Amino acid sequence: MRMEMIRLEHVTKSFGRYKALDDVSIVVEEGEFLTVIGRSGCGKTTMLRMINGLQKPDSGKVYAAGEDVGEADLIRLRRKIGYVIQNKGLFPHMTVEKNIIYVPVISGQKDKRQNRKLAEELIGLVGLEREMLDRYPEELSGGQQQRVGIARALASRPKLLLMDEPFGALDEITKRAMQNELLALQKKLGMTVVFITHDIREAMKLGDRVLVMEQGKIAQCDTPENVKKNPADEFVKELIG
Amino acid sequence: MEFLQKVIQLYAERKEWFLDLFAAHVGLALTAAVSAGIIGLLLGIFISEHKKAAGPVLTIANIGYTIPAISLLGMLIPVLGIGDKTAITALTIYGIMPMVRNTYAGITGVGEEVVAAAEGMGSTRFQIMTKIKLPLAAGVIIAGVRNMVVMTISVSAIASFIGAGGLGVAIYRGITIYDSAMTFCGSFLIALLAIVSDLLLGLLERKVKKKTGIKTDKTGKHK
Repeated sequence: MRMEMIRLEHVTKSFGRYKALDDVSIVVEEGEFLTVIGRSGCGKTTMLRMINGLQKPDSGKVYAAGEDVGEADLIRLRRKIGYVIQNKGLFPHMTVEKNIIYVPVISGQKDKRQNRKLAEELIGLVGLEREMLDRYPEELSGGQQQRVGIARALASRPKLLLMDEPFGALDEITKRAMQNELLALQKKLGMTVVFITHDIREAMKLGDRVLVMEQGKIAQCDTPENVKKNPADEFVKELIG
Repeated sequence: MEFLQKVIQLYAERKEWFLDLFAAHVGLALTAAVSAGIIGLLLGIFISEHKKAAGPVLTIANIGYTIPAISLLGMLIPVLGIGDKTAITALTIYGIMPMVRNTYAGITGVGEEVVAAAEGMGSTRFQIMTKIKLPLAAGVIIAGVRNMVVMTISVSAIASFIGAGGLGVAIYRGITIYDSAMTFCGSFLIALLAIVSDLLLGLLERKVKKKTGIKTDKTGKHK
């Protein structure tokens, strides 16, 4: 039987009068690829940030990687969850190598040779040359930066990967290549992925299930086929148009 | 030309005296700059982490900075008396403002995405400060140090009016004994010291910005 990787129970979150999440419950199983789609401000990023404790729910419970996020040691929990955001998230003052080994280093792994080996292995895994390790992020193209972002998230060998519109700033061709590589990588490493996007084609292509959010609520959460065949409401219908 | 000869002659005759004054001046300015640097840096870090304190601290630092140097010195005399101690205290108060302001601006100018990524990856608050925020703010902070050091060197010249040492002594004595060459000798050395310090710190600033500053602008504040 598959294990649960994430569970949200009746999660509600408001920012002032604005309700970002309104009684959201969902379970994501181990090894599943869940894409989350919705308009900006629908609460999808807030939901993602609940999972690694960057946001706290006003009410409800969040469990991730077998821990109650509300009770867990957040620093330790976050170090075992991969986190990828748009390319601006790379550290501009660190080389690609330093970026990739950031989590092992802040976790106390100081052995330089071992870290270099890890960085070389990971940069190969995301399809970049070793020479890139000594460059700075701004010397790379958008696609290369995104690959480094993924390599960095994989450094702690996470079982769970959270991705917030990681390919949002990429051109169509690079984006498609990155999507295929991410799918292959996810299969290879057996990771659970939660992937936020505002691109419906991307959501349908990548997700085992697609979660459609609207005004802080789950409009529909089903396989891409079922979403296409039986859209739950007018909003979903319009979205997949 | 005659004046220039007199100046050179004076430097040659009273070499030891000028060296002593020069050393005292550097000592005075350096002590104040290091104190202001440390206090300003720590205060700047503190208010960047506790935003509520930022307004009051910056206002107070600004008031200290606005008071003319000679008034600040004068107001400290009843409290601390005359001499080096008073001068260093006044110079330190004076130097805190540019340090606090630049440290605060540098740290708060670090891109939100970068900080969010560091936090989401499991950095402690201390690690975010030391590994992300301070290195990325370094260019702006060093610009503040440069500003502060040059100012401290200049204002130190006035310190001799309240009985502190330094090259101001030569200026002051030159004025009292109608020896314009002596006043010139002291002034020239102060100018030289300020220019050289500015140049050296400018080089350091450029070096740091090359590594971090330019890139900080790119990841700047935009969302």
